[in-house]
Amino acid sequence: MSKVYNLKREVEKPPRLTGGHRLCAGCGAGVVVAGVLRALNKEDRAVVVNATGCVEVSTFMYPYTAYTDSFIHSAFENAAATCSGVEAAYKALQRRGKVNGVVKFITFAGDGGTYDIGFQSLSGAMERGHDMVYVCYDNEAYMNTGIQRSSSTPRFARTTTSPVGSAGQGKPQNKKDITEIMVAHHIPYVAQTAPLGNFKDLHIKSHKAIYTEGPCFLNILSPCPRGWDYPASKLAEITRLAVETCVWPLFEVEEGIWRLSYIPKKKLPVEEFLRPQGRFRHMFLKGNEWMIETAQAYVDEKWERLLERTGA
Amino acid sequence: MKSRLSGNEAVAYAMKQVNPDVMGAFPITPSTEIAEYFAAYVANGEVNTEFVTVESEHSSMSVCIAAQAAGARSVCATSSCGLALMYELLYVAASCRLPITLACVNRALSGPININHDYSDSMGARDSGWIQIYAENNQEAYDNFIMAIPIGEAPEVRLPVMTCMDGFITSHAVENIELLDTGVVRQFVGEYSPQHYLLKKENPLAVGPYDISAYYMEHKVQEAEAMKAAKARILEVAKEFEKISGRRYGLFEEYRMEDADLALVIMGSSAGTGKTAVDKLREAGIKAGLVKIRVFRPFPGEELAQTLAGTRAVAVMDKSEGFSANGGPLFAETRSALYDLKQRPYLINIVYGLGGRDIKVEDFEQVFKRLASIAESGDIHPVYSHMGHRTKGAIA
Repeated sequence: MSKVYNLKREVEKPPRLTGGHRLCAGCGAGVVVAGVLRALNKEDRAVVVNATGCVEVSTFMYPYTAYTDSFIHSAFENAAATCSGVEAAYKALQRRGKVNGVVKFITFAGDGGTYDIGFQSLSGAMERGHDMVYVCYDNEAYMNTGIQRSSSTPRFARTTTSPVGSAGQGKPQNKKDITEIMVAHHIPYVAQTAPLGNFKDLHIKSHKAIYTEGPCFLNILSPCPRGWDYPASKLAEITRLAVETCVWPLFEVEEGIWRLSYIPKKKLPVEEFLRPQGRFRHMFLKGNEWMIETAQAYVDEKWERLLERTGA
Repeated sequence: MKSRLSGNEAVAYAMKQVNPDVMGAFPITPSTEIAEYFAAYVANGEVNTEFVTVESEHSSMSVCIAAQAAGARSVCATSSCGLALMYELLYVAASCRLPITLACVNRALSGPININHDYSDSMGARDSGWIQIYAENNQEAYDNFIMAIPIGEAPEVRLPVMTCMDGFITSHAVENIELLDTGVVRQFVGEYSPQHYLLKKENPLAVGPYDISAYYMEHKVQEAEAMKAAKARILEVAKEFEKISGRRYGLFEEYRMEDADLALVIMGSSAGTGKTAVDKLREAGIKAGLVKIRVFRPFPGEELAQTLAGTRAVAVMDKSEGFSANGGPLFAETRSALYDLKQRPYLINIVYGLGGRDIKVEDFEQVFKRLASIAESGDIHPVYSHMGHRTKGAIA
């Protein structure tokens, strides 16, 4: 990779996730996958692994694949173990002189496949130390099955299994902090990023994760127009607001050293992020002001802790 | 080479001789020793397999699927709940046409939890698209594992193979065994050289699509055809194996069936006990015989019907419950296989030995006694019954 990031040059590379896949307009996951794969050096091969989910069913519907690299999907909860298997095969075959050249192993799974059902498989693969990158495209609910809550869904968000009614106000629990849990695995590289602006942050972190030896984890915010209930054209805007409100801070932990990647010039109030999204609509009803206050307090507390950790 | 090994060590030794590319390993009684022996081979540099010590059987099968798809020969071993945890992925392995070899050390499924032998684990997986081959003893467990590889990897088959042996009875009992030279085994199994694989430089491959109804059925029919083709391949491999070992294998073993009137259909180590009962009855002038099913998937229906055609009464011995209220899985297959015969023997089903409950020669003699009376009276009721359990009165 050239030292200076240049979006124009990067997008001129042949895409490794090609057009014609079936993801929705305004979906964050597609640009996340394309963005991560763009960070591969042009000459290097990769095997892409998917958990069952939106990306998988939209990018490899028989007989068409959107990937130019080799690809494998086998189930929902085993993406990390699957990637482990491919990497183990590579090591074995390389040892026996049957394969050669650089091959990188990159897994994509949604938050359901990462925070919940695939959590054990992920933890096991990270602990074993396979040379792989695990990317969570975090859209904060089970979108592929029709917007059900996951342990990544933030508090108060409306989903089809945390609906809003006279006795329910969206999801009662806070979001699980998977990034921190991955840091606790003491793997070489963990980072949180988003498909923001010119994609520089996503690109640099992806490149680092792909070319750092050992297991690396990226948690990438992937807004979902269906689940979050925003117009397709607002993807970039929603992503920007998640970062500017510190709802989704950008940071990395390299060999145990925490580093903040971005500090907003003016930290925006959390309601700026909540307002454009239908899933939070009930928070703006009269009498529900406490919800916004609670959400703000939660974000503030997490942000302060992150500032402390990163020494920013 | 003559040796004395337990069933687990015999299978581990076969794995060592094969020296697979990848092994997924997770412990569960009674198959744990296979992974332990293999770990020692790795530690001692006797194999150069990539030994992946996963955090569950689900991941063990996931690793094998991915590794095999990537172009590596992959093996694993499990039992009981471990196989049940793999269940979802057994179908994936078969439908992706990945010839993984799994040593299944049969053990009863929970619940209640029980570590002893019956076939409820592998019988639960009988419709998953895996070839299933069952062993009576350590020698067969060893031989079957070696034969499994050229069976599964044949281009017309390309299906995963489960080689099964009885938990503890076979896996932990030390028996005399005849081992092949490692060089002979290596030559017999050859190199794994798939046409397409993920790591092939010249041609990237995509595995595991979302397969809509416009294609799914064609893929399933191809899988069904592969399972049909496996039957001939199993016999072909058995013939080749006889050349290197002198040991002969078929789809099932016929024991004193030439002129048998009364017969048992059975699997695994109980067949040995059953054969002793047959010998005793033969001495008494009763024409008893036994069929030991070796290959359960693909099921040798036509061949079995031929063999049973001349008998008068047959007891199918199931060492697992199917809870169909209509008999166990071996009975269902056998009865279905006999339907096309013009003249069928009387057929009953006896479920025995669940969770490791012992069966003795005298028990088999009782079964034959009942078959003799059925042959006379034609009264087969109850068609399906259990044997060897205490009754309510006996418990009190």
